[in-house]
Amino acid sequence: MTLQQTQGKPFTPRIGVYICHCGINIAATVDITAVTNYASHLHGVVVARSYTYMCSDPGQALIKNDIAGHNLNRIVVASCSPRMHEPTFRAAIAEAGLNPYCLEMANIREQCSWVHPQGMATTKKAIQLVSAAVAKAARLEPLQTRQVSITPTAVVIGGGIAGMQSALDLAEAGFQATIVERAAQPGGHAAQFYRTFPTLEPAGALVHELVERVNHHPRVNLMTEAEVADVSGYVGNFRVKVKHNEETTDVPAGAIIVATGFEIFDPHLKPELGYGRYPQVVTTLDFEQTLNQQSAINNPKSVVFIQCVGSRDQAVGCGGDKSQARPYCSRVCCMVTAKQARLTCEKFPNANVTVFYMDVRAFGKGFEEFYDQAREDGVIYRRGNPSEIIKRGDRVVVRAEDTLLGEQVEIEADLVVLAVGMTPRADSETVAQLLKLSRSGDGFFMEAHPKLRPVDTSMAGVFLAGCCQAPKDIADSISQARAAASAAMIPLMRGQVQVDAATSFIDEELCSGCGQCADCCNFSALSLHPVRGKMTVNAVLCQGCGACATACPSKAIKVHQFTFEQIMAQMDALTDWYGIPLAVEMVEAV
Amino acid sequence: MLQIESRQFAKERGLFACIQCGKCTGGCPMAMKTKLNPRALIYRVLIAGNGFNLEGREELWDCTTCSTCYSRCPKQVNPMEAIVAMRSAIVEKGRIHPNVKMALESTFRNGNPLKMPRSDRDLWAKDLQVKALADAGAEYLYYVGCTPSYDPRGQKVARALVQVLGSAGVDFGILGNDENCCASEVRRLGEAGLFEAIVEENTEMFKELGVEKMFTISPHCFNVFKNDYRSIEAGAKSGVQVQHYTQVLAGLVKDGRLKFNGSFEKKVTYHDPCYLGKHNGIFDEPRDVLANIPGLDLIEMDRSREKSLCCEGGGGRMFLEGTNPGTRLAQMRVKEALDTGAEILATACPFCLLTLDEAVKHLNVEDKLRVLDIAEIAAQAL
Repeated sequence: MTLQQTQGKPFTPRIGVYICHCGINIAATVDITAVTNYASHLHGVVVARSYTYMCSDPGQALIKNDIAGHNLNRIVVASCSPRMHEPTFRAAIAEAGLNPYCLEMANIREQCSWVHPQGMATTKKAIQLVSAAVAKAARLEPLQTRQVSITPTAVVIGGGIAGMQSALDLAEAGFQATIVERAAQPGGHAAQFYRTFPTLEPAGALVHELVERVNHHPRVNLMTEAEVADVSGYVGNFRVKVKHNEETTDVPAGAIIVATGFEIFDPHLKPELGYGRYPQVVTTLDFEQTLNQQSAINNPKSVVFIQCVGSRDQAVGCGGDKSQARPYCSRVCCMVTAKQARLTCEKFPNANVTVFYMDVRAFGKGFEEFYDQAREDGVIYRRGNPSEIIKRGDRVVVRAEDTLLGEQVEIEADLVVLAVGMTPRADSETVAQLLKLSRSGDGFFMEAHPKLRPVDTSMAGVFLAGCCQAPKDIADSISQARAAASAAMIPLMRGQVQVDAATSFIDEELCSGCGQCADCCNFSALSLHPVRGKMTVNAVLCQGCGACATACPSKAIKVHQFTFEQIMAQMDALTDWYGIPLAVEMVEAV
Repeated sequence: MLQIESRQFAKERGLFACIQCGKCTGGCPMAMKTKLNPRALIYRVLIAGNGFNLEGREELWDCTTCSTCYSRCPKQVNPMEAIVAMRSAIVEKGRIHPNVKMALESTFRNGNPLKMPRSDRDLWAKDLQVKALADAGAEYLYYVGCTPSYDPRGQKVARALVQVLGSAGVDFGILGNDENCCASEVRRLGEAGLFEAIVEENTEMFKELGVEKMFTISPHCFNVFKNDYRSIEAGAKSGVQVQHYTQVLAGLVKDGRLKFNGSFEKKVTYHDPCYLGKHNGIFDEPRDVLANIPGLDLIEMDRSREKSLCCEGGGGRMFLEGTNPGTRLAQMRVKEALDTGAEILATACPFCLLTLDEAVKHLNVEDKLRVLDIAEIAAQAL
């Protein structure tokens, strides 16, 4: 076996393998003893152990003690996904004096015990995954992480309530924050609302307070009628090109918060509801503005609300046009409807107020109580999603099935309010490309992890706040805005940012400077050296995805932690499985 | 017992996606007047365990297959097709209404559901010198269909279309007595076996004749060729382009090949046939043709385009009275047309033409409103 040389001395791997039970998450499905026994016989392995929770303090202590006691130089942990605990174990072995990159993880939970039934085949797969990890571990090289100093300012794209709140939190913490707002005034959609749910507070006052604070804060710079034209750089040192009146300004930023908001669903896409054709049919946003302006609607006798217009709908438009599908719940329409229905009852005590619903989703704090009050106020909830609206004289007729009665019903109305859902902004793709953001299937920007990293993106230093990530109400938007501001403060406060060392690197002997790697790099990390005529990697921008290494026709690019040699060793271990003499059936006898 | 294995049935037809919102039933024209409730029907299938009894469900034969249910469904469930499949299960057990039996038998024997002899199919064209596709070849196959071939009212449309296309110099030919029923109604009546046999026969004939482009008078024929004869458009070597005649006319108007030298000085409202509009999204072409006729004043009914009210002639309902023959949708439709002040109720479907015509007579408003096919209006304005 050829192994790399370290400091001129021949390198002999001394590997410790640590297999986690994860309570019963792994142990109930995989035969841990068999895996441990097998691992202990693999080439280079000095010690193999199992433990209930390897990530716990005693589990980590086990590894640290062995590193000292057995003079280990490479560690394999077979447990959950590296996305979960790689940082934990890297930190643990670093404390024991090893380079953090001398760790390899075998994911025997998400990729094995959670997805297969209990049995010999599952145990075999766990053994294969561990064998492959050991083969790679023997070839791991120590890598040095780098520190980069940062610009202690932030750019917030979007001046709605989420953007304003993030900027204010950053400014309060002592950082300069620039808000880039496309409209002439900040405030976004919330500025158009009349009252909020579930407290019925005037929305105007709430937005006004934020705007006032933004206008007067010494560390908030509000740029209105401005657009982001380009973004370059990397975490800690972005350069945001802002266009304002044909003029462009370069704003340096250590972090970027995206708070570009949403658009309301265009009900013209559902022609059967007659929006734009019958003046009696309006959207919840239209109605909100009507209420706000206190303009008199001529004493309506019958007001009908229709929920889920452009939400939970896979076939918007005639003939099931999937391209316009809005399969998700917009989360706010049930409460917006309840709020407006209550306000209608208050304003027009003699009106019949009917809400057509499929399900009432009153999940937030105080929401169910608010819905209770709406019914007590006299709002009639009828279950059914109306099929069409037609005209009859001066009124419109909502045609639906009351599904609880099992009968087709027609309700004449003077006013029909469509509770329109939220959709991603039409320019989402442009913004996504500017910032290299991913979008989820519904078109909203995608967070790095739905549970563990809800405000991060796949781009280091770029964070999400508000409805650009998914539909949410004011309270949730503010929460996310404050979370995004906190997350952005981490690099800003540290003053320096640590850059992952598992990046790609160029073998200049082989590189011809053709640039195919740069074309496929999503992070703009590759460029042609102007003098040497070879490609160079910006190790701060590089996320180690490996696309360049695959694209390079000369095999001149490699990725640290994922070299050809390391991956081929893993492949050999996996594919030569039946060639390995120590078959699992024999393991128990070992 | 007329049981279907409902679990398998629901799975194959995607009924488990249903969220019971009621959009299908809310818009269903038959739910207005009969026991038919597509949502409740799906619910009953879903909760039936594994055996759903079709016995006594007469309302299954009320469905006009207008596709309102499917076009409104937010979860892409198709109650209409589920109903057709339930009909199939009933037909398979031999429980067929005598009228349906007669129509199916006639289709099998005579190539039309109207009990008319094959040898009379081309009588409508006897004095017109229409090219026979088999002898002379042509750019287009003009597929006439059963009603326009045999029904005296339908024949007028078939003849008018020959006149219009002739004036635009379109090269077309007909199949004459070799033309066979398209079997659209056979399929909607649930006779899946006969449908497959006819599909095979017709596909074979079109292939032999080297048909590349065809158009139909009836939206029902158009739809079945376009969407149900998988082998025609997708499978055939070159693929056959199937169009409704209004699409052809709209194209000719646009290219300047079809010119109206005369005029049609009338107020006209257009009734969207379900199989053209809701089934295939063709709303604009028929209107484009009408709008280009000099003097014609096109006005819209409230229920137009996606909201067009079914005339009750589809889904085999030309052969079945349904459970509530007292109230007729066609009469409601004629009243809606009268409300607009129109003098002409235009349509582009032989079934709509017949049901609406009958409604006009029944309501005794012949002096106020006439029902005409777009082809007839176009012919009058040449």
